Parts: sequence; structure tokens; C-alpha cells
Amino acid sequence: MNDKVAILWVYLSATPLLHLTLTVCFFVLARWFYRRMGKRSWMNPVLLSVLGLVAVLVLTDTPYSVYFEGAQFVHFMLGPATVALAIPLYRQWSTLKRHPIALTVSLLTGSLTAVLSAIFIAKLGGVSDQALISIAPKSVTTPVAMGISESLGGLPSLTAVVVILTGILGASLGPWVLDKLHITNPMAKGLAMGTASHGIGTGRAIYMGDVAAAFSGLAMGLNGLATTIFLPVLWGWLTN
Amino acid sequence: MLESLAVLLFCQLIGELIVLFLDVPIPGPVVGMLLLFLGLMIRGEIPEPLSQTANGLLGQLSLLFVPAGVGVMTHLTLLGNQWLPLSASLIVSTLLTIAVTGLLMQKLVGKGDEP
Repeated sequence: MNDKVAILWVYLSATPLLHLTLTVCFFVLARWFYRRMGKRSWMNPVLLSVLGLVAVLVLTDTPYSVYFEGAQFVHFMLGPATVALAIPLYRQWSTLKRHPIALTVSLLTGSLTAVLSAIFIAKLGGVSDQALISIAPKSVTTPVAMGISESLGGLPSLTAVVVILTGILGASLGPWVLDKLHITNPMAKGLAMGTASHGIGTGRAIYMGDVAAAFSGLAMGLNGLATTIFLPVLWGWLTN
Repeated sequence: MLESLAVLLFCQLIGELIVLFLDVPIPGPVVGMLLLFLGLMIRGEIPEPLSQTANGLLGQLSLLFVPAGVGVMTHLTLLGNQWLPLSASLIVSTLLTIAVTGLLMQKLVGKGDEP
């Protein structure tokens, strides 16, 4: 009996199917749990499924590279999904272009706030320069942030992790901040969510309606663009 | 559905090629998004199947971040050693960014401006 289980395990753990299935199942379960518990923000489905999957991988002694062989199919869809953001963007274009100055000023201020406050607080806590530049682009969507971090001497894999954590934080605590500060305008809500917490924030902003979703998606794209341009210059000043 | 997926992948592919060719540090999918947006502007409407595929994909956006998130397990030592400054930095900075961006935008466009 134990032999059969062992053989089965050897077979399953060698195919990408197992970890692909686990990823989707854990997420479905986490989302069901999240809805069941009255959508409490700290029960963010991404957070729950990441915790669950890490626990399983650690317990079964599975390295991340083996897990990723299966999970890469889900990860891959980030590309087409990013392209698909053109659709809410197009739908809301007439609204977006009504406030070009407000949009640009708010976005650039938010983008600078994200980078400078992250560097400043971590620096106070004695974090190394390499870790500092790895967390600086934390509010930018994963593929862009990893590219920025790598080109400035950071650790791209650490960047990926802090980007996801930032996204989860923004998606789960963002609505609470918006509420406390009486930010009710859907354009402002979407812009704030997308600037601070990229795609995961946008995933949450989709539930705030079409306007918030479009502004969030736009903010995510523009923040990536802005950070790509100003962070190398800023980092040059800070380290000199 | 299949045509729409082909359109999305094609835009991404062209985006990646442009980035590779121009050697700019912008991700291919972002360029792909701009290309699709331009295409929609020229066409003047969103084809219904494309709209459905996009909604389906974007409705599951959060799932797509899970594999990268699980990568946290490769940095447990670093995160364990410096968890306090790192978590303080992430939490304060993220909430501050949401507050600053949201307040400024609402101030500039007005609270009551319903789009």
C-alpha cells in the first residue's frame, strides 16, 4: 500500500499537472472561504492561497522551481491579461481624458510617494542597499518591477515577493483607507488602488465598478512607465 | 473566444518584439496593451467576443499572481532577519500611497464629479 502511494507521488510530483491543479484549487478554495467569511479584507484570496501553497510545498519538501514548472501556466496568463486591460481603458477613455492634469499630478505624486517612503522607512531600519533597491519598485506590476530591480543591481526574486505582498496589502487594507479618508469618487479610488498596488489592487478595484477598474488599470500601467523612467535617476542621486 | 485570445497574444508578441528591438526597459505586455488600445480607437468599438474574453480573464486577475507570490518561500531567511523594517516599509508606504493618491485626485476632480 505504502509502495503504491510512493509510486503515485513520484509520478504526480514529476508532472506539471499536480502543481497547476493545486494552484487553481487552492485559489478557488480561498475565494470560497473569503466570500463565506463575509469578505473580510485580511482574508484576501491571494494571501490565503499563497500561505496554503507554501505550507504544502514546505511540508512535502518541494522546491519552488518544481512548483513553478506547473504554476507557470497560470503565471503566463499575466501577459495576455495585461494586454486585456486595454478594453476597460478604451471603455472609459472619454472619462479618463476629461481630467488629464489631475490624473498626471496625482499619479506622479503617488508614484514618488510609493518609492521614497518605502526606501526611507527601510533605510531607517538598516536594510542593505541591495534589498532597498529590490523593494523600491514594490508598487509596480511584477514583470516591470523585476526588470527595474535587476537593472539597478537588486534581487528580482525578492522584488517579485514584495510586489505581491504590496498588492495584497493594498487590496486588503486599501478599501479601509479609502473609507476612513472619505474618498468616494470612483476615479480617485481606482487611481489610488492601481498606483499603490498594481494588478492585485486592480483585481480588487474591479469590484468597485467599471470606472474604478479602468482608472486602476490605467494607473498600474502609467505607474510602471513613470517608475521605470524616474527610479534609475533617483537611485543615482540617493546612492551618491 | 479563440479569435480574441489570438488577438491578445498577438498584441503581446508584437509588444515584446518592439521592446526587444528598441531595447527599452518597458515590459512587452504594457506595449501590447497600448497597441490593442490604439487598434480599438481605430476600429471605434470593442468586438463583443473580445469584450467577453477580456472580462473573463480580468475577473480572475488575482489568481494569476499566486505563482509569483509563492516565491516568498525562497526568501524566508532574509524576510525572517529583516521582517520588521521590511514590513513597516511595505505597510506604511502602501497605505500612504493610497491615501496621498486618492486624496489628491479627489481634491483635484471634486468629490461629486460622477463620471
